[in-house]
Amino acid sequence: MREITAEQITEAVKRMSIEAACDLPEDVEKLLKEAVATEESQFGKYSLEKIVKNVELARAEHAPMCQDTGIVIVFAEVGQDARIVGGTLNDAINEGVRQGYQEGYLRKSVVRDPVLDRKNTGDNTPAVIYTELVPGDKIKIQVLPKGAGSENMGALKMLKPAEGLEGVKDFIIKAVTQAGGNPCPPVIVGVGIGGTMDKSTLLAKKALARQAGQPHPNPEYQALEEELLVEINKLGIGPQGFGGKVTALAVHIETYPTHIATMPVSVCLNCHAARHKEAIL
Amino acid sequence: MTNIKKITTPLTDEVVKGLKAGDQVSISGVIYTARDAAHKLLTEAIQAGEELPVDFKNQIIYYAGPTPAKPGKVIGSCGPTTSGRMDAYSPLMMEQGLKGMIGKGPRSKEVVEAMIANHVVYFAAIGGAAALIADSVKEAEVVAFDELGPEAIRRLVVEDYPCIVAIDSEGHNLYELGVQQYKIVD
Repeated sequence: MREITAEQITEAVKRMSIEAACDLPEDVEKLLKEAVATEESQFGKYSLEKIVKNVELARAEHAPMCQDTGIVIVFAEVGQDARIVGGTLNDAINEGVRQGYQEGYLRKSVVRDPVLDRKNTGDNTPAVIYTELVPGDKIKIQVLPKGAGSENMGALKMLKPAEGLEGVKDFIIKAVTQAGGNPCPPVIVGVGIGGTMDKSTLLAKKALARQAGQPHPNPEYQALEEELLVEINKLGIGPQGFGGKVTALAVHIETYPTHIATMPVSVCLNCHAARHKEAIL
Repeated sequence: MTNIKKITTPLTDEVVKGLKAGDQVSISGVIYTARDAAHKLLTEAIQAGEELPVDFKNQIIYYAGPTPAKPGKVIGSCGPTTSGRMDAYSPLMMEQGLKGMIGKGPRSKEVVEAMIANHVVYFAAIGGAAALIADSVKEAEVVAFDELGPEAIRRLVVEDYPCIVAIDSEGHNLYELGVQQYKIVD
């Protein structure tokens, strides 16, 4: 058994929380810069130029690029030959979030009850944590601070198998159309297909953890991602919803086997500040 | 994008009527932040016939909840949040004399109708460009609902705050016009 301390986990989550807020990953920035060149609409181009300038300023000043520094989603892949010492995994992650959001001057955006008592917890905890046991003796931690502007535009539909590929495409396009200018386009479109209701939404979220624009390994799904990106960019929504050619930067699809009687499809949108960081301990 | 209209708060009907969808605007003066939780409390106070902590007559509300200010800074990152969540509250705020709203994203039909009836303008700022926007904030002070943390009402003094007229007081709507222009139907 390889030992990993709770303190190491806390330190990594803290560092990634701050870095994610202030330093947009290069993969997303590259797509944004390409979008500036592609965009033809006056207001779309104006928005993209400001967005790119903001990314550079945030990085230089160690300031959050967006005031919505999100609720923290953590995907932890724990090697079954790794042993966490000095505390529990969830406590270590939440402590990292607490310290990161305090020391990084990030906004605390979590309320302790969704309906009856929407009081701010004051330290941005708890994180939303998904843990998976995997082979090996390492722990991989992905941190995705998720803003609510884009999260609110997510959608799920339990399709009938008879609706087929056309049904899947129609639903995804409809979800992006309905989101319109709300999720801070240009967006990254995470799609989860298959499994069960819950599994498809998780896949859609996990799709956002992929390097932006990295295609699906299966060539047929890769072609579907490309086709959907073209179709979405014909919608005319454009940057910030002001109209334009760049509504999405990328479409990421994840799939899972499913029951003979169902075909769940989930769409999870990420804003242009598509923050994601990862560390391997 | 060459002519930037400079306006100062408080707004007048004359200034509001002169602003057209698609105008690039720079705002200077006092604006007030308020978002979901503050709007809920304001609405409850209005319905209970209580006096509001801020007189919104001729003022602009900015849908924003900033990050905490670092030492030596006036404010943290301070971009707009999604305006649609305030749609349920906005017509009542316009009845209190509110003249302008700053946020991001489209508004409901009811809000646009209330904007026309009350001569109100809706500005869009660039969502997610919050570090850049913070540069135009010169003073910031919590004036109500401190317990709401980032959702407290803040009085901001801004200089050349950059935004675009997204929906004007006659209901012309950049979100609809822009999307129609670039939509490609095969």
